[in-house]
Amino acid sequence: MTTRTYAGREVELNAEGFFTDPRQWNEDMVDEIAGDQGIHEVTDRHREVVKFMRHEYEEKGDAPNVRALAKSSGVSIKELYQLFPGGPAKSAAKIAGVPKPSGCI
Amino acid sequence: MSEAIEKVSIIVSRGSLEGVYPGLIMANGARAEGIEANLFFTFFGLDVIHRARHEHIKVATVGNPGLHLATMFGGLPGMSSVMTHYLDRKMAQLDIPSIPEFVEMIAASGAGLYACKASVDLFGMAKEDFIDEVQEVITVGEFYGIAAGGQIIFT
Repeated sequence: MTTRTYAGREVELNAEGFFTDPRQWNEDMVDEIAGDQGIHEVTDRHREVVKFMRHEYEEKGDAPNVRALAKSSGVSIKELYQLFPGGPAKSAAKIAGVPKPSGCI
Repeated sequence: MSEAIEKVSIIVSRGSLEGVYPGLIMANGARAEGIEANLFFTFFGLDVIHRARHEHIKVATVGNPGLHLATMFGGLPGMSSVMTHYLDRKMAQLDIPSIPEFVEMIAASGAGLYACKASVDLFGMAKEDFIDEVQEVITVGEFYGIAAGGQIIFT
């Protein structure tokens, strides 16, 4: 477990870099977390995916995998990988402050 | 934490449903983790990227003790289709994609898809027989070139 400061607030991350408590997250942190993921220019498209990820997690209690993300967000798998080269589900979940999606597909 | 895996090359050599999914799941999972992945299809694994065959990959119902089905029943005509249909339905319920969709997804994720030249020659196939996502028909030597610096997984 590590602590990081995003948007002036201290948050706790697990060994893989996911938020241990999604309630510590807020939208102002997006750019800084993205920067830690190697995404230095956060576009509206990134924000859309992150917002969607957050919404899905809050609705269903689990972050969507890449396929589900593509299916329901309308952003194609190809574009998702271009936006989040470090693995879309993984990076988008980190940036959205939610746990890693469970499941194998 | 030990060193992270950054690159994998997965060889798919089998043409049965149970022989194909593990490699596809590993390739897709690798990409989802941001790991570079390449898939190399050889022998009966070529069916996975074959235009006319990729929709018809079936479970092996004979010589497959894991299925817990007596061999004499497994060999009955249509048994493989019935078992495949049953598994397809179960997988659809779990939202596991079909083989053609899965391969398309993996290609869209940026993984490389390659066919083995020796097997392509052996079965009298050509690049045109394969789905558009297949980059190239390559030799084993070229495969090692592509796989350089990563892990190789044989399935």
